[in-house]
Amino acid sequence: MTRRRRNPLGVVILAAIGLTFFALPLVGLLTRAPWSDVPDLLTSDIVLDALRLSLISSLIATALSALFGIPLALMLARAEFPGRSVLRSLVLLPLVLPPVVAGTALLFTLGRRGVIGEPLNEATGLVLPFSIWGVVIAATLVAMPFLVITVESAVRNLDPKFEGAATTLGAGRWEVLRRVTLPMIGPSLAAGLLLTWARAFGEFGATITFAGNLQGRTQTLPLAVFVALEQDRDTAVAISLVMVVISLGVLVLLRDRWWRAR
Amino acid sequence: MVSAASSLTDAFGDIEQAFEAANPGVDILLNMAGSSLLREQILGGAPVDVFASANPMVMQTVIDAGLADGSATFAGNRLQIGVPVGNPANVAGIEDFADETLLIGLCAEVVPCGALARDILLEAGIEPAIDTSEPDVRSLLTKLEAGELDAGIVYVTDVIASEEVIGIEIPDALDPVTEYLIAVVADAPNPTGAGDFVAFVLSPEGRQILTAHGFTAP
Amino acid sequence: MTGLKADLGVSRGEFVVGVAFSIEPGQTVALLGPNGAGKTTTLEALTGLARLDSGRIELDGETLDEPNRDLFVPPEHRHIGVVFQDHVLFPHLSAVDNVAFGLRSRGSGKQAARKRAGEWLDRLGVGSLADRKPADISGGEAQRVALARALVSEPGLLLLDEPLSALDASTRVDLRRLLADHLSEFSGPSLLITHDPAEAFLLADQIHVIEDGAITQTGSADDIRLSPSTKYAADLAGLNLFEGSTSGGTVTIRGHQLRAADTSTTGPVLVTIHPRAISIHRSRPEGSPRNTWETTVLRIEHYGDRVRLQLGVPLAVTAEITPGSEQALELKEGTPVWISIKATEIDISSQ
Repeated sequence: MTRRRRNPLGVVILAAIGLTFFALPLVGLLTRAPWSDVPDLLTSDIVLDALRLSLISSLIATALSALFGIPLALMLARAEFPGRSVLRSLVLLPLVLPPVVAGTALLFTLGRRGVIGEPLNEATGLVLPFSIWGVVIAATLVAMPFLVITVESAVRNLDPKFEGAATTLGAGRWEVLRRVTLPMIGPSLAAGLLLTWARAFGEFGATITFAGNLQGRTQTLPLAVFVALEQDRDTAVAISLVMVVISLGVLVLLRDRWWRAR
Repeated sequence: MVSAASSLTDAFGDIEQAFEAANPGVDILLNMAGSSLLREQILGGAPVDVFASANPMVMQTVIDAGLADGSATFAGNRLQIGVPVGNPANVAGIEDFADETLLIGLCAEVVPCGALARDILLEAGIEPAIDTSEPDVRSLLTKLEAGELDAGIVYVTDVIASEEVIGIEIPDALDPVTEYLIAVVADAPNPTGAGDFVAFVLSPEGRQILTAHGFTAP
Repeated sequence: MTGLKADLGVSRGEFVVGVAFSIEPGQTVALLGPNGAGKTTTLEALTGLARLDSGRIELDGETLDEPNRDLFVPPEHRHIGVVFQDHVLFPHLSAVDNVAFGLRSRGSGKQAARKRAGEWLDRLGVGSLADRKPADISGGEAQRVALARALVSEPGLLLLDEPLSALDASTRVDLRRLLADHLSEFSGPSLLITHDPAEAFLLADQIHVIEDGAITQTGSADDIRLSPSTKYAADLAGLNLFEGSTSGGTVTIRGHQLRAADTSTTGPVLVTIHPRAISIHRSRPEGSPRNTWETTVLRIEHYGDRVRLQLGVPLAVTAEITPGSEQALELKEGTPVWISIKATEIDISSQ
C-alpha cells in the first residue's frame, strides 16, 4: 500500500501553472491544424524527405553518441587522470552553448576550409557540410553530452562490489562491462539514449549553420518547419504535428519499460 | 521596432544611428530577417512600427491583410553572383551554377533574394545544382565569406559590404533587379515615430546613406 | 593439491597488514578479529583485487602473487570461490544465472552451465528458487545461492567473508549447519574470515586471531580458550563458548554436566556462560546451588579494574571478579577453589 503524500496548496497551484505552460503550445498547435488537409500535406515530398532525413540522422547520431559516449562516460567516472574535470567541462559544453555557436564552430573546424576540414578535403575529397554527414555530426555534437552525463552518473552510483564479485568469478574486464556494468545501469542508459535521440531529432541551429538546408539532403523536419513557416503555414503546422506525435509516441512507448524504479 | 529585410542590415544600421542622433529620446529597435519571416511575424501580431521589405509581393500581402495602408518604394537593389575573394573555384558566370562539382548556395525560395535568383536561373535556362537554401541572405553570405561555398546569388549591396566576397555581374537581360518598399504598420505602438522614420528613409539624407551602401535610387 | 600458502604484506597508508599462514586441502581455517584488524585487506590480497607489497601467495603449487619476482595472477585467472557478507548476487540475474555466471566466464555453454547451476541449487536446498531474482528471495536463501555460486566451479580455494553476519539469529543457525556440512565436503582449503567467535569456534579446524594487521594467536578453539595471548583473545575466551548437548535442562559439555534453567530445548546446543556469572569460593558453598565444582586457578590476569581467572579441569571456564574479591579470597595461581554458577546463567541456544 502506498501512502499518499499531500503537497501544500501553493505547490499544487504552481505545478498546475507549470502544466499549463507545457500544454498550451500543444493546444495552440492542435486548434490551428488544418485537419482536413493534414493527410495530403503529410504525404508531400517535402515532408517525407524531411521525415526520412530526420529519422536516419537522429538514429545514426544516437548510435555514434553511444559508441563514443559510453566509453567517455566510463573514463570520466572511473579513471583517474590529470585534467579530468577540464575534460568533463569540455564534453558538457554543447549543453550550455547556443546550437548556432556549435554549428559555427563546426563550420570553421570541419568545413571545407576548416582547420581539419581542409586537409581532410584535400586528402580524400570529402566535404562534410551540405551532406547528411554534416547533419549527423551536428546532431551528435549537441546530443552526445546527454548520454555522457547520464551514463557517468549511473556508473558513479554503481557499487563496485558487484564488478569485484564478477572478477573473482573469472570475468575479464570486457566481460565485466558487458555482463555486469552495462546491464546494471540499463535503465539509466536507456533514459540517456532516449534523451540523446530526442535532442538529435529536434536539432536545428547547429544543423542549419553547418549542414545547410536542402530538401532531400540536409533538410530535416525542424528545418522544414522553419522554411515552411514563411511560405505555407499549413505545412508548417502539419510537420510540427508529426514531430509532436513521433516524440510523444517514443516517450510513451518507453516510459513503462525503462522508468519503472527497480 | 523596425522590421527590415536582412539585406538592409548595414544600411539601416547607419540610418538608425543618423535618426537617433537627429531625434534624441527615440530608440530604434532593428529586427533583421528574411522578408517572408518578418511578414509572418507581422501577420502574427508582432508589435512592429515599420516594415521594410525586399519584395513587393511580400509587402502586398501585408497590405492585403489590412496591416498597412500603403507603401513607398525607397530603394532598389541588384543581384550578383557572389564568390569568395580570389574566386578559388574559377566561377565565370551564371552557367557555372549547373556545375555539380561546385558547392552552390541560394537563398531559400521563400525569401525575395531566393525567389528572384530562381527566376533569373529559369530565365537563363539553367538547372542549378544547389547544395543549400539558406534562410536569409546574410547566412548565405557568411558561408561564401568562409569559403565553404564556391558561389551564390546575393545582393550587390552585400558584396559591397563584405571584404571577403567579390561579385560577378549578371547580365541585364536576366533582369536581376528588385525593389524595396517601406510602410508604417497598422496598430503600430508608436505611429508618429513610425511616420518620422519612414520620412527620414525617403529623405535626401536617408537616400544618401542607402546609395553609399550600393542601393540604387527608386 | 598442496593447499594455500600465504605470506602477505600489504600497506594501506599508515596501516600495514603482515600475516602468514597456510591451509591444507580440506582444512578450514578461520581468521578471527575485530573490525579494522586487516581481514578485508587479507581477503582482497587473496582474491587479487589488491596487490601485495611484499610476500607471496601460492595455491596448489601455483604462485598467485610475488612482488619480488614480479609475478601476479589477476583475479579473473585465480580459481577462488568467494562467499561475501551480503551475498553480492547480481541483481539483474536470476538465481540460476547467478550461479552459472562463473561457469560461463570460464567457457561453459549456456545450457550446460545452467544445468550444473541448477544441480548445485538443489544441493543447497534452493532449487525451487532457480528463476527468482535476488530481490525476491530471503537473506538466508540468497546466501545459499551465493555458496552455490562459489562452489559450482570447483575452486581451488574457498573464501568466506563474514558469511553469516548479515543474517538474523535463527537463519544464522540454519546456515551455520549448512556451511559446516559443505565445508567438510569441500576438498580444497577454506578460509573463514569473521569477527564472530561462535562462527570461528564452530566451523574452523584452526583459528588465527588477527589484530591490527598481525596474527596474535594461532590454535584450536580450546587453545584460545585456555591460553589467550591478548586481551582481545581473552575477551573471546571469556565468553565461555562451548558446544554441548542438552536434554530436559541437563547440559552435557565434554562429559561434564550442568543444570540449565531452559528445560524445553533438546539436542546439540551452543552454551555461553558470562564470566561474571561465575562465583568463586575458597570452600564448598553453603546451600545446594546447582553447577558447583572444585577446580584450580590456572592463571590470573589483570585488566584495569577487572580480574580474569582462568580455571582448569573439569571445565575450563574464565571467570571475572573485582580486585577486591581477589584480595579477599587470597587468590594466587594454583589456588584450589570452588565455583558455582546459577542455572539461569547457563545460556543455551540450539545449533
